[in-house]
Amino acid sequence: MNEILEKKQLNPTVKLMVINAPLMAKKAKPGQFVIVRVDEKGERIPLTIADYDREKGTITIIFQEVGMSTKKLGTLNVDDRLHDFVGPLGKPVEFSKDTKRVLAIGGGVGVAPLYPKVKMLNEMKVSVDSIIGGRSAEYVILEDEMGKVSENLYITTDDGTKGRKGFVTDVLKELIEKGNKYDEVIAIGPLIMMKMVCNITKEYNIPTMVSMNPIMVDGTGMCGGCRVTVGGETKFACVDGPAFDGLKVDFDEAMRRQNMYKDMEKKVLENYEHECKLGGILNG
Amino acid sequence: MPEQEPNQRNKNFKEVALGYEENMAVEEAERCIQCKNQPCVEGCPVHVKIPEFIKLIANKDFEGAYQKIKETNNLPAICGRVCPQESQCESVCTRGKKGEPVAIGRLERFAADWHMKSNEDKIEKPVINGRKVAVIGSGPAGLSCAGDLAKMGYDTTIFEAFHTPGGVLMYGIPEFRLPKEIVQKEIDSLKKLGVKIEMNMVIGKILTIDDLFDMGYEAVFIGTGAGLPKFMNITGENLNGVYSANEFLTRINLMKAYDFPNSPTPVKVGKKVAVVGGGNVAMDAARSAKRMGAEEVYIVYRRSEEEMPARLEEIHHAKEEGIIFKLLTNPVRIIGDESGNVKGIECVNMVLGDVDESGRRKPVEEKGSEHVIDVDTVIIAIGQSPNPLITSTTEGLEKQRWGGIIVNEETLETSRRGVFAGGDAVTGAATVILAMGAGKKAAASIHKFLSEK
Repeated sequence: MNEILEKKQLNPTVKLMVINAPLMAKKAKPGQFVIVRVDEKGERIPLTIADYDREKGTITIIFQEVGMSTKKLGTLNVDDRLHDFVGPLGKPVEFSKDTKRVLAIGGGVGVAPLYPKVKMLNEMKVSVDSIIGGRSAEYVILEDEMGKVSENLYITTDDGTKGRKGFVTDVLKELIEKGNKYDEVIAIGPLIMMKMVCNITKEYNIPTMVSMNPIMVDGTGMCGGCRVTVGGETKFACVDGPAFDGLKVDFDEAMRRQNMYKDMEKKVLENYEHECKLGGILNG
Repeated sequence: MPEQEPNQRNKNFKEVALGYEENMAVEEAERCIQCKNQPCVEGCPVHVKIPEFIKLIANKDFEGAYQKIKETNNLPAICGRVCPQESQCESVCTRGKKGEPVAIGRLERFAADWHMKSNEDKIEKPVINGRKVAVIGSGPAGLSCAGDLAKMGYDTTIFEAFHTPGGVLMYGIPEFRLPKEIVQKEIDSLKKLGVKIEMNMVIGKILTIDDLFDMGYEAVFIGTGAGLPKFMNITGENLNGVYSANEFLTRINLMKAYDFPNSPTPVKVGKKVAVVGGGNVAMDAARSAKRMGAEEVYIVYRRSEEEMPARLEEIHHAKEEGIIFKLLTNPVRIIGDESGNVKGIECVNMVLGDVDESGRRKPVEEKGSEHVIDVDTVIIAIGQSPNPLITSTTEGLEKQRWGGIIVNEETLETSRRGVFAGGDAVTGAATVILAMGAGKKAAASIHKFLSEK
């Protein structure tokens, strides 16, 4: 169990791993997440489930290497084993039977948790238009997969190296202004992107689901580190979410909380990179 | 009992109390008058044969004393350290009527430590009867239940949600009160008995109780504790620098944030810390904050010291270590700076009024007494409730409105046949020894249930 069966580099900082986890694959549903530990001392890293295969007994994770722990995870290879792999955690997403047409918006690595939801909607025969974006062409992930499950797929890049130059929100606005009607919008990506999307959908009164990825420790409701304010109420993203009503989420608070350990995370990363360099020298 | 000096120990995580030397233990044991009615045994939730083990210590048969305790208590080294003896066995000690009661807890700890130092556990694996029982949670309730079941021959598997077994003994109670090596040894001896422990298994998510029955488990014990932190619902509680005691202690104890950056999980302690609450968890958090380098640590509690639920010894130790007690003080909001970090906690003074439903005098706000304590970290330690992960995914499992699982008090069986529960998951946050007692009781009930099945 927990062996890496497949590893792919999706872009310079994003990797995909298929993990052997038969029991978890039986239970996983779109919207749920896992917690990974790379080694004995490792941090507990929450990652959304990007895909699962009940028959093969596998869970797919996609992660961006931002800090020491995700970088270390990225150094593991096929046949290596994750020290710990916990899940599926969090609430699965639910869609009303009346949902006929959905607009799915994904930014950067946020397309990874978006994909299983769109796939699910596709299986429910709901029509989905998707907008996926990235900094530049190489940062746009899962284009083929998203294309297969979307009615229309729009791509944006900040620098115009792929698709249309601009932000996902530009296309969102345009689609709405052109008179497209959506029962629901799903937006997953950086907090600032989700906030901008919600600012627009709020104006048009379109229900909007977002997925939060706050700092957490246990992932089972025990620590409360993942507190998110939704509609003035404190929720725990790990057990009440991670999907929430985006029109009610306090994104400014979430962005602030995300930065709580910035300085300490930087220190750990510097330490790690220094050690890697030393290791590199010693190993010739 | 010898202890580390307060000003030395508040800078390290090593155990505070150092334990008796042999001669001290014998001397203390000789104080027991071996009275006929043995009130101490009645005062113990698991009825340890106290006068008998103390007599063995007085006779210098330390291993014999340990074995005597072990007859009814699966985890003596742990209980000797964290049991509230002053409100159990020692509170009814005949010697205590005039002067100091016999130090039963310290003697228990002595016998357990002596055994660990001197003897390799010769554990004989019991003959397995082939019947599978599942235990959910590896805290004190789960460990003691699994231990008893294994001894009776059941093929016992513990399912633990975390990556390390031990529950609150590992994530909650700090090293300086309960060295993790001791917990590890107790867990190792369970494994030698044949108990299997499956880590990273969040029951209710990866498997439900019904799945466990489908997999051939014939009975299930739920010992999932009270892990859900309570917050105060006051303004500013989501500012950066506000922790639940659970998060703060888990980061330090389980994730080893004291060893940052060698251990990559961080914790922000700050220079001035306010811990809200008056129980053992509040004391643990305050004393941990001090050890992590905080200059000023406050306990903010809305009643007076007399009503504090923490053990006397913990309060005493906290004071010795320089924790500042702000009693009859209640937080009304947490104040942040322009970047959203905690910079203070606004409190009001309280006065004690009439006795309330908890039997304690109710604190009432004193008008116009608002004042701000400058702090950069706030830790909320006002209690925990049971986690709903299992109750919400198990059909027909009845629970109290506050989340506790409802059981038959005699058998600890829940509203679901073959499913038993005990410890904090049933009672709400209580003590290690009560959870252990419940685990033992449930093991006996499970045995009866399966024998009659």
